[in-house]
Amino acid sequence: MNKTINQKAWLFVIPVFILVAFNAVVPLMTVVNYAFQETFGNNVFTWEGTRWFKQILRSDRFHSALGRQFLFTGVILFIQVPLGIAIALTMPKKGIGVSVCLVLMSMPLLIPWNVVGAMWNIIALPEIGLLGHTLNDLGFDYNFTQQTGDAWFTTILMDVWHWTSLVVLLSYAGLRSIQPAYYQAAEIDGANRWAVFRHIELPKMKKVLTIAILLRFMDSFMIYTEPFVLTGGGPGNATAFLSIDLVKMALGQFDLGPAAAMSLIYFFIVLLVCWVFYNLMMRNETQG
Amino acid sequence: MMKKYKWLVPTIYILFLMLPIYWLLNMSFKTTTEIINTYSLWPQKFTFENYITIFTDNTWYTGYLNSIYYVVMNTILSVVAALPAAYAFSRYKFLGDKHLFFWLLTNRMAPPAVFALPFFQFYSSINLFDTHVAVALSHCLFNIPLAVWILEGFISAVPKELDETAYVDGYAFWRFFFKIFIPTITAGIGITMFFCFMFSWVELLLAKTLTAVAAKPIAATMTRTVSTSGYELGLLAAAGSLTIIPGAIVIYFVRNYIAKGFALGRV
Repeated sequence: MNKTINQKAWLFVIPVFILVAFNAVVPLMTVVNYAFQETFGNNVFTWEGTRWFKQILRSDRFHSALGRQFLFTGVILFIQVPLGIAIALTMPKKGIGVSVCLVLMSMPLLIPWNVVGAMWNIIALPEIGLLGHTLNDLGFDYNFTQQTGDAWFTTILMDVWHWTSLVVLLSYAGLRSIQPAYYQAAEIDGANRWAVFRHIELPKMKKVLTIAILLRFMDSFMIYTEPFVLTGGGPGNATAFLSIDLVKMALGQFDLGPAAAMSLIYFFIVLLVCWVFYNLMMRNETQG
Repeated sequence: MMKKYKWLVPTIYILFLMLPIYWLLNMSFKTTTEIINTYSLWPQKFTFENYITIFTDNTWYTGYLNSIYYVVMNTILSVVAALPAAYAFSRYKFLGDKHLFFWLLTNRMAPPAVFALPFFQFYSSINLFDTHVAVALSHCLFNIPLAVWILEGFISAVPKELDETAYVDGYAFWRFFFKIFIPTITAGIGITMFFCFMFSWVELLLAKTLTAVAAKPIAATMTRTVSTSGYELGLLAAAGSLTIIPGAIVIYFVRNYIAKGFALGRV
């Protein structure tokens, strides 16, 4: 669409600008403030330069939290994206089934995150939870509060439960936008199922899939509440992802300087990855 | 052959989604003693006790009211502020528009954990701590960028000729905006409200940090009860089950728009 140049359009944007800046600028400056200084309370600050950044970047604790975070996000994307596409491909295309699927599949998305955590805690309890009890009955030695592997398994299963639907809904919307003529042409050409997927469906879903991956990356990278309620970051620090570790440092130990430095590094990583994704997305769009 | 069993995949997936919800409901109709001492697939002694406690104890039910109050406030605020902005981004070129748009989106990427402590200090210093307004305002951080993003998609799908015809017919801008334009994009506004409602309803970290008593959300009330009175699983399950209802109602109303909204490639 060709847009008219109109500097007065800023007037339309001002309410949004003020509301977001109100929330973003002052708190972000507070973080920056702490990141470069040392404070002993009473608003007395001394300049520390990049000391906290060096400390965080060299600390094993940060490295392992970051490693866990990337592993978790990687596993999540690796499971949810293919699974979401597969489910979207098999969903009914018309009739009452569409509404039923959409409504039921959206349910996990609208449950408060701590309830999701609590729900999975209850179902995974080894003695009295459906999942925990069944697994132990089947002969697995399952206890997510004590064994690292089980804690990871439960956290990942929970996230798959919670967020796969988002990928499904997006992919489904992408599939719906394909004209029937494409399928007919493919049938005339005698294309097999895989070829139809590879050359018709996948390219049409590219845009929505990029958004799905972007959203899943952001949200799984910032995950806090669900694992906090489910495992509390444990056993030990086994499921202490970046946000959990950060809150522990800032509110638990009140190490404000290092916590602020870590916040900025953390935010920077999210921004960097999203920026790369965003540009790839835009480049694909211009290529058509 | 493959076609015949296709329905199995979504069916199994939906069953998998429903299991934890069923388990939560199952627990909510049991007494805490029964939960801890016996394992059963359905309540042996069916009880409404947990629900009665919630509906009669005002520390519980005010939690729900608080949550609904700030969520509704945030949803209205986000959509009202985002509408003109989305219109501007969609129709006009102006100084710094692309940078502003990306800057807005970066706020959607800010981990709430990063902002928790500064938010607490900031809202305390302007005397808004423990008010519904504080939570509603703080959720604007991620809901406004999202609302602008979704609405911009819907507005760009409306041909510009609509605007031009209205001006030729002698409509003043605001009259055109309210009488013609807003009714044209009601589906988009519905979807946007759905997502604002959703993200404000499910968020806990900021809501918990910014409240103490007067505006405490239900989700925070739940965490408190777990830690103080031992482990009241039955009550926790009942409270959890009740938090699913507002979402379910909202989904039911927007079900026909969901696929359409996603189809525009936003959200």
